[in-house]
Amino acid sequence: MLAKRVIPCLDVKEGRVVKGTKFLGLRDAGDPVECAIYYDKHGADELVFLDITASHEKRGILLDVVRRTAEKVFMPLTVGGGISTVEDIRNLLNAGADKISINTAAVKNPNFVKKASARFGAQCIVVAVDARRVPGKKNRWEVYTHGGREKTGLDVVSWVKRVEKLGAGEILLTSMDRDGTRIGYDLELTRAVSQATYIPVIASGGVGELRHLADGLTRGKADAVLAASIFHFKQHTIGEAKKFLQKEGILVRL
Amino acid sequence: MAGIVLVDYGMGNLRSVEKAFEVSGQKPKISSDPREIEKASKIVLPGVGAFSHAMIELKKRKLVEPIREKIQSGTPYLGLCLGLQLLFERSQESSRLKGLGIIEGEVRRFSHQLKVPHMGWNTLEISQKKCPLFKGISKEAYFYFVHSYYGVPEDKSWILSRTEYGVKFCSSIWKGNVFATQFHPEKSQAQGIQMIKNFIGYEKN
Repeated sequence: MLAKRVIPCLDVKEGRVVKGTKFLGLRDAGDPVECAIYYDKHGADELVFLDITASHEKRGILLDVVRRTAEKVFMPLTVGGGISTVEDIRNLLNAGADKISINTAAVKNPNFVKKASARFGAQCIVVAVDARRVPGKKNRWEVYTHGGREKTGLDVVSWVKRVEKLGAGEILLTSMDRDGTRIGYDLELTRAVSQATYIPVIASGGVGELRHLADGLTRGKADAVLAASIFHFKQHTIGEAKKFLQKEGILVRL
Repeated sequence: MAGIVLVDYGMGNLRSVEKAFEVSGQKPKISSDPREIEKASKIVLPGVGAFSHAMIELKKRKLVEPIREKIQSGTPYLGLCLGLQLLFERSQESSRLKGLGIIEGEVRRFSHQLKVPHMGWNTLEISQKKCPLFKGISKEAYFYFVHSYYGVPEDKSWILSRTEYGVKFCSSIWKGNVFATQFHPEKSQAQGIQMIKNFIGYEKN
């Protein structure tokens, strides 16, 4: 049986790991390669690097980080952040990434998802969706881009269905309302998206304790759960998280 | 002998596979040259992506016949993911282009009722316990999968293991000197590395 996945996410800026609250007030939490080795040892199922380097000139640093990680760690690695061309994707895959997460570029040009999927296969194209509740509407969410700063007018559920048709292989769904709050995933959002699509959904945004991971998988019906700060600051290890999930009756790889 | 040749045909995660072989004790030679493949003592065909696209890329590099001949002459072969599927005659994904045709049968898509790709860690039910590929590997071990299609051999004696995902599908293959896994040992941490070590250490029958 397919196990549910637990995925730590590392925000990387100019080759260093940072984790902010609602994308503001960044704190330095070390070398991404060291973190990757640490998570590999503790049984992470995958790893996500989210590059938040603003300047285009410094983006080459990320390729080096990916390359060095792929030399040390033999588990799936997803890389996202500012990826907008087929060339970007090819470079990252050649450096050792397994999956590429596309966000803003997909909204700007949905055909990019199609092109990337046709060229590299759906299995390596993740579409990251940053969602925010529409005020005054029950269970309606809007897609945001540029790290959650810009509205798009797109409805999250329809957008997910559309990128699935275009060839996305997975959805990385982040609740911008919950990100950094540590009060748990937006479970209604997670469930709405997971039930609307036939591709796997990774829940993200808001984890503050282990119970939240379990909720994301059971009540949220996600296929995988992503978290950052609870793992980075050693509040819990991946192993503890998995043991907790197992006790909750969730199939995980131990 | 040229050692292990990792076939480069433009389909996916070559570097991960190369690194996994390196830490397992033998650096493979990466090549898309048919002459290198002819000289190889073992060949590894990795790959992710579409069956038809893969066959086009193999054809472009004139690799179809050299690979088929190597397999038929008994050179140990390890196919990874797409490298398993390409052993088959045909795929539902590609009506026009045929596969390498080493194994009778076809490659099918998972049911539309399931989440596809089948992505993540899953276990194996091993049906050929003596397979050298599984030496030292725990029965409960998980391996990393990411695929939307799976091979269905007509001759079931090819099946090395089955995995449950909506159906019990063939998740690895072994006959003679032909090995192939639908999962990615190069992405399956310690157990995957052990499997690659086993292939490196395998002595041809």
